[in-house]
Amino acid sequence: MRPRPPLALEIAAARGVAALSRRLGAGGGTTIPGKLLAELDRGAIDRLAARLAGGTATVSATNGKTTTTAMAAAILRPRHRLAHNAAGANLVSGVASALLSSGDDADLGLFEVDEGALPELLRRLRPRAVCLGNLFRDQLDRYGELELVAERWREAVGELPAEALLVYNADDPQLAAVAEAHSGSVAFGLDDPKVARTSLQHAADSKYCVRCGTPYEYAAAYVGHLGAYRCPRGDHARPPLQVTAREVSLQGLERASFLLDTPDGSRRIELRLPGLYNVYNALAAAALTRSLGAELDEIAAGLERFSAAFGRFERVTVGDKRVLLLLIKNPAGANEAVRTLVDGGAPRVLVVALNDEIADGRDVSWIWDVDFEPLLPGLERLVASGGRAAELALRFRYGGLAEDTIEVEPDLARALDRGLELTPGGAELVLLPTYTAMLGLQRVLASRGLAKPYWERSG
Amino acid sequence: MSTIRVGHLYPDYLNIYADRGNIAVLTRRAAWRGHELEVAPLGMRDPVTPGEHDLYYVGGGQDREQLLVAEDLVRKSEPLHEAVRGGAAVLAVCGGYQLLGRGYRGFHGEDMPGIGLLPLDTVAGERRMIGDVLIECELDPGEKRTVAGFENHAGRTRLDPGAEPLGRVLAGFGNDGEGGFEGCRAGRVIGTYLHGPLLPRNAWLADWLLAQALAHRLGTDESPALEPLPDELERSAHEVSAARARSRGGRFD
Repeated sequence: MRPRPPLALEIAAARGVAALSRRLGAGGGTTIPGKLLAELDRGAIDRLAARLAGGTATVSATNGKTTTTAMAAAILRPRHRLAHNAAGANLVSGVASALLSSGDDADLGLFEVDEGALPELLRRLRPRAVCLGNLFRDQLDRYGELELVAERWREAVGELPAEALLVYNADDPQLAAVAEAHSGSVAFGLDDPKVARTSLQHAADSKYCVRCGTPYEYAAAYVGHLGAYRCPRGDHARPPLQVTAREVSLQGLERASFLLDTPDGSRRIELRLPGLYNVYNALAAAALTRSLGAELDEIAAGLERFSAAFGRFERVTVGDKRVLLLLIKNPAGANEAVRTLVDGGAPRVLVVALNDEIADGRDVSWIWDVDFEPLLPGLERLVASGGRAAELALRFRYGGLAEDTIEVEPDLARALDRGLELTPGGAELVLLPTYTAMLGLQRVLASRGLAKPYWERSG
Repeated sequence: MSTIRVGHLYPDYLNIYADRGNIAVLTRRAAWRGHELEVAPLGMRDPVTPGEHDLYYVGGGQDREQLLVAEDLVRKSEPLHEAVRGGAAVLAVCGGYQLLGRGYRGFHGEDMPGIGLLPLDTVAGERRMIGDVLIECELDPGEKRTVAGFENHAGRTRLDPGAEPLGRVLAGFGNDGEGGFEGCRAGRVIGTYLHGPLLPRNAWLADWLLAQALAHRLGTDESPALEPLPDELERSAHEVSAARARSRGGRFD
């Protein structure tokens, strides 16, 4: 067996690589040092995490994990020195990198964790609190079927130490089933029929009772298959909620608010972010941080301070115009982006950018499951961009958009310029990119001095 | 101008790979030629009446959903066979393709029945075959055309000797990752692992299916010629997808 190098030496070596990576212009070095460390000694992650006096907390979800984690960080930061993977590097190597770069005074680890990496990271980090936000169909070529992810989560949750606290979204039937594998858990969810949809969306995933396969009946469906469900045969139903969002108010593209109801009391929460999905993110962050000891006042203040996580509802000013960047990556998330845009007054010019790298999912079929149609009536011009621009253009054309309304420009920089050119002064251009297209657009904006490169931001 | 009637089998259960994109393409391409496409969902316990539909569509689902519909599909087997004998066309993708064979044997030995509309069997393999695919088809003698798509399946599908595959694999895995063929075709019935979805970037195949459905509608053996469409975006999407298959093929997972 190869002798294990001392931890301090590994840390120094890996940190050196991060600095080198940035200096060489190879990106943020947000995962390279972690990859090196994981290569040298995977168990170093366990030991690094164990040095955090306050332990660690993880956040996993198909959608919203970056935002939820960033919201939790905003709540916790006044009281804690955090080790936090703010740039969204959420695999084992990304968490290792965050542990490395956090500084020696960090006392609490807060990590968003990729759905596939959750089982290994739960074993290594032995977190104090685990937050599970939702499971939607996502990049089937990469993650496999949703049921398979749920089964792996269930196994991993079953192996959590007894004292770990599981905080989960009970509006998701799959997660309610996952949570049964652990005894100490907190259920959060939404209770406000007036923001419910009248029927399940096309892309709803977990529609059938986890026990008997009968379609669930929904008293309220909020986002995708999230809602108040029950099996008509009585085999499964949404568990009682301990932390609840009520009296939700959605205010266009600018804000949302809700009443946070917990066993310790209630608070009105004002968010500087729009959309029901951000209410879910805030609720998850509130339930998680409450389990880590945050007071209601701290939760309300942290959430009110929070503006936007990396690439999620970011606004950039370009001359007399604004650019709004909304990441889309799977049907459920993209549907919420569309709903929020339509509620805020549908855009007349839209740049949508579809890439098919591994991080985007190589299988682009998901765009056909997104309900883009509500955007079409007011849309005067669509610029389809990215490596799969033509496929995206077909999606809109077969969805009913007139062909002479569609421009195909695979190059991201040129698509951005074209979008800006089509946007009148004083107005806002909406960009809907997939993950690597978002990184590409941010590079373009950064190279023009309009946005900071991602490795220079803190969540 | 005609009304083409499509029977969409289990749209609530089998829809994982954006199957509604295939339906949208059929609908618009029919409309652009002045035909109306009427799509009727055929769900659990809904009866199939032979002669009522010109084209049946079966999509793909997760293992659990596929298992839920398999039993019901067996109850629809006889009328579906009769419909096909009467000249109805069928397109089945991925899970739907497997269900049209004689059955699916799972990795742990559990069986899922099929309806034997296509002469093939499927057995689960240890690793999934995932990636971009390009195949070459010759549905009408002398007319070679390519189909580009994406595959993601654990099943290894084996055709009976003499059975006609949909195409020859140019890049990617295909039916079993070994034989060099993809899909199966029996008259107007087509089964394939290729999604993406299949039809937007392979517009010629959509038109072929529409022509078969029209032939059934009109009661003719010869399928009618459809007026060509410009299809520039379709061709461009096809080229990108074909290039992906050639450059990065598939991988085992």
